[in-house]
Amino acid sequence: MNTNGNTYTFIYASVMVVVVAAMLAFASESLKPYQEKNVRIEKMQNILSSLSIESTPENAEELFNKYMPENQHVVINSKGEPVSGENAFDINLKEELEKDLESRHMPLFIASFEDGSQKIVIPVLGKGLWGPIWGYISLEKDMNTIAGAVFAHKGETPGLGADIDQKWFQEPFKGKKLFDEAGTFIGIKVHKGGKGAAAAMGDTEHGVDAISGGTITSKGLEAMLLNCLSGYETYFKNNKK
Amino acid sequence: MSLFSSKDLKLLTNPLSIDNPITVQVLGICSALAVTVKVQPAVVMSLSVMAVVAFSNVIISLLRNTIPARIRIIVQLVVAAALVILVDQVLKAFVYEISKQLSVFVGLIITNCILMGRLEAFALGNKPWPSFLDGIGNSAGYGAILITISIFREILGAGSIWGIQIIPASFYENGYINNGFMLLPPMALILVGIIIWIQRKYVKKLQTN
Repeated sequence: MNTNGNTYTFIYASVMVVVVAAMLAFASESLKPYQEKNVRIEKMQNILSSLSIESTPENAEELFNKYMPENQHVVINSKGEPVSGENAFDINLKEELEKDLESRHMPLFIASFEDGSQKIVIPVLGKGLWGPIWGYISLEKDMNTIAGAVFAHKGETPGLGADIDQKWFQEPFKGKKLFDEAGTFIGIKVHKGGKGAAAAMGDTEHGVDAISGGTITSKGLEAMLLNCLSGYETYFKNNKK
Repeated sequence: MSLFSSKDLKLLTNPLSIDNPITVQVLGICSALAVTVKVQPAVVMSLSVMAVVAFSNVIISLLRNTIPARIRIIVQLVVAAALVILVDQVLKAFVYEISKQLSVFVGLIITNCILMGRLEAFALGNKPWPSFLDGIGNSAGYGAILITISIFREILGAGSIWGIQIIPASFYENGYINNGFMLLPPMALILVGIIIWIQRKYVKKLQTN
């Protein structure tokens, strides 16, 4: 058989591509449930870690349901009123953030602990330098003080912007305030100038140090916090204790 | 008839020493620098490469008489890419944490010169069984170097192996500190260089003059 003819080559290529495509589509479909479960568990672990709860992939679901059972997942609108019929865990944050503030639906999780105290966790999503960055912010029940923060990224520069997922960057967020004393929403400011920049600016209430060399990621993170958290302003004011 | 003739056995053992893909052919260096910070991802990467090289070798070898010569590189690429995607999907489903550490490097197996090199140089001209052994041998040679480097990097850089602390806490109390340089890619390159040096010293066949 002539394996070098044009017809043969075309048929060979077409058959090969169809066979390979069918095989990969089948594999992708049959593995999807496992992959989605992994993504869910990772999300639960991130939320738990913003509350300073250590978890493993094995016990993440159990711990998550213990502190944040389904009835403590809330979706609110910008007036701070709960919206029914939406699932806070599965809400598409990207789509919601593209909407106007008035029509935005925002998820939050209320975590209750053994000693009766409560914290709330808010998912945030924004843009870094190369791609999306996201995270979870937990607040004390005064709806003002940050109890913990975790951030993650898709592909920020290793060693620079990518360090937003490191403990040394996330730790200083603890204890920072979202509102000033007059009750105006400030958010969190990220200050350039290396270690101690926030303190040098005299901004110990709302400021943290940016990452040297990771300015665009740091600024993106600041914008992300402002954009995502400001939608909750009314809810914070109405629910603070 | 034995399953391994002496020629077959050479296919397995040569890539481990005198024909090693990393230290002699100097292929696949990129991933050898990137995924050797810890032992666990290095092992998973080695197994992934082994699965892809061995099976794409077999598939190309089975198809070798039907492949149109003009599109043979494309056929090799499609077969290799399909297997790489399969491996990536399986890792994402069953060892999610490690697949995150390996990140793009699983996808980049396809650009690994060892893979295309074996397909073009060996599988196109040999029967499936020798091709399979050739694939296993070459990826084992690649894996052996990867794992050796990762053992040094993890124990000196993080004081552990496979995530288990090896260097006792009392060392740290007495002023021992982990070598952070070990965690960076340049150190992997230096280690590859040292391995090549040691190998050239003791393997006569590799000495040129």
